[in-house]
Amino acid sequence: MVMDKIERRVIMASLVLMGLFVFSLLYAKNKYKSNVPECLPYDKAYTEPKINKIDEKTYEVFSVASMWQFQPSEIYIPVGSEVDFYLTSKDVVHGFNISDKNINMMAVFGAINKTTVTFDKPGVYDIVCHEYCGVGHQNMRAQVIVNYPDAK
Amino acid sequence: MQVSKSFKRVIFLELAIPIALLLLGIYHGLMQTIYRSGAIQQTSVAKLDYYQGLTLHGVINAIVLTTFFAVALGHVTMTYYLKKEPNKKLMWLSFWFMLIGTVMAAWAMIAGKASVLYTFYPPLKAHPLFYLGTALIIVGSWFPFFDWSRMYMKWKKVNPTTKTPLAVLGTLINFIIWFTCTLAVAYEVLVLLIPWSMGWTKTVNVNLARTLFWFFGHALVYFWLLPAYIMFYTVLPKVAGGKLYSDLAGRVALFLFLLFSIPVGVHHQYSDPTITQGVKFFHGLITYGVAIPSFITAFTLAASLEYAGRKNGAKGLFGWMVKLPWFNEDKFLFSYFIGGLILFIFGGVTGIVNASYSLNSVIHNTAWMPGHFHMTVAGPVFLGIVGMSLYIYSKMSGKKIFWPKLNTIIPYLWVIGMLIFSFGMSWGGLRGEPRRTNLGTTYLNPDSELFRSDWVPTTLLAMLGGIIMFTAGMMYIIIFFGTILRKKSQEGILEIPVSEAYHDEKRVPLFDKFKPWIVTMIIIILLAYIPALLNVNKNSGPGSPRYNIDNPLPIEASK
Repeated sequence: MVMDKIERRVIMASLVLMGLFVFSLLYAKNKYKSNVPECLPYDKAYTEPKINKIDEKTYEVFSVASMWQFQPSEIYIPVGSEVDFYLTSKDVVHGFNISDKNINMMAVFGAINKTTVTFDKPGVYDIVCHEYCGVGHQNMRAQVIVNYPDAK
Repeated sequence: MQVSKSFKRVIFLELAIPIALLLLGIYHGLMQTIYRSGAIQQTSVAKLDYYQGLTLHGVINAIVLTTFFAVALGHVTMTYYLKKEPNKKLMWLSFWFMLIGTVMAAWAMIAGKASVLYTFYPPLKAHPLFYLGTALIIVGSWFPFFDWSRMYMKWKKVNPTTKTPLAVLGTLINFIIWFTCTLAVAYEVLVLLIPWSMGWTKTVNVNLARTLFWFFGHALVYFWLLPAYIMFYTVLPKVAGGKLYSDLAGRVALFLFLLFSIPVGVHHQYSDPTITQGVKFFHGLITYGVAIPSFITAFTLAASLEYAGRKNGAKGLFGWMVKLPWFNEDKFLFSYFIGGLILFIFGGVTGIVNASYSLNSVIHNTAWMPGHFHMTVAGPVFLGIVGMSLYIYSKMSGKKIFWPKLNTIIPYLWVIGMLIFSFGMSWGGLRGEPRRTNLGTTYLNPDSELFRSDWVPTTLLAMLGGIIMFTAGMMYIIIFFGTILRKKSQEGILEIPVSEAYHDEKRVPLFDKFKPWIVTMIIIILLAYIPALLNVNKNSGPGSPRYNIDNPLPIEASK
């Protein structure tokens, strides 16, 4: 090519940098099991809000978002629990964000979203709706309560 | 060069109308930050609701201003470089389409019948005129593209072995991307949403609508950005007092944008259901590909500015930075462009974070997002647009700039405001602060059980930045309309600065024709989007009925 030598080097350097980023992503994906939500075919079974206790440390939560609440709105679990969240919407698009756990999903009518998360530390984790869903959007919050003093 | 009265009139209107609308757009920008900080804890101010204001802010600033300007700059560029005016009738037709579309959408928004934000995700239903208005703006912007293609082919016939001027190449590439990506949103609006919002079809597949929107939605950001890139490559080096470091680098970057701008949309849907992890990862990889032309641009521009600084008499390793026309009234474009570029460093870096697959889960739909894209679309794009609008207007009307000293300071004030705002937003986003939310009534209200004390400093910083930007924005509007009100002091001509190339490489035929690139673009789009659409088709359940923003029951059931 007729390009300037320094320029070619810069392009090579940016290619290497992007390659490094891709490598880091794959590394993190394997080592920390960090991933984006899983994709499930639509199934009506997930549209009923529910908390299933599989065993002491394993839970399934069928979370249903609607204008303007999450059901179930309070989820009590012990420390160290691994929770599978299945998420759908009864009406418009909603968001589902547990910030300290980096859980981030969209709740969409006619679709099922899924992710898995382990709660290693006790505390109250806010689930905040982060997609505009109408006039009551700013009221839409649920909580995961991990080994709270009043835990049921 | 001399241009006809009719040409001037179209350009003046296409520049001035969106800038007048900015009054409303920027006002609502300021208001968002005030509501969010909890400084006011209410749902509306002056009868305009928070979400209505947010819709106005997005549509006016990100759709109307950007589209009008891209068309106006395209007219100016094609005319100036090819020395021939576009077809007058088509120019006016395009203008009227865009204007009528804007009026329709504005009416729907101001009447409170379309508070669905500028992404208009179904099943929230807006008034049909909102969708139709947006579609008219888009279709109006297609006419000039067809006309410019005709002009270009005619020119090419006469000059088969001359390199296509970089600005012309960029304009055409930008509108090829725009035309291709808007086909998807035109389908979404005309086939899916308008019949559904009228009640002719009962339901809409929300996942399909979202996927079509993002086929358009990410390419849209390049449609905003490329006019700025074209100005950075072809205008900035000249204004800085130097030359473009390499002409070929610009061509390579532009063609890479053509290939990679569209097949990356699913990286906006990492958190969506119905699309598999494999497809998401593939779109993530291509998104990294689209970072390459931006790296090339960053290097080429920095090298061009260094050359300019040295030519202006700079010594030492960093001396060239001082010897640039930072506050030169006659070269005020430099202030606007460099301000945008400073913001774009941060905008680009945060953008790579967003593209990075699982890293996206940390910040998707949080305040981090607006923190990021305000450093791109409200950084180089906005500053480039308003700076160049003022320049073209002043030259073509023959009027001197009103208050030229202040004019060189405004961009830096904007940069300071934006950095404070975006720092607050990014920090909040990392703490889970949601975007597009009237936080003041709940999360930032100490009396609410939802109160989040950790979002107090982040939203306060955003408000401080918002106030500074609002001040800068209003000063600009005063200068723009102050200039319009001045008397003509010289003959009005069409003139834009043209940078020579420092390395003016020989014509490489591959980088001077469109066909092979367009074919490759289509292949990559098919590879990226056929699997995504198959996923959506396979994993989607029933379609959704219509919902109003204030009722949890579908419109049909609540009648």
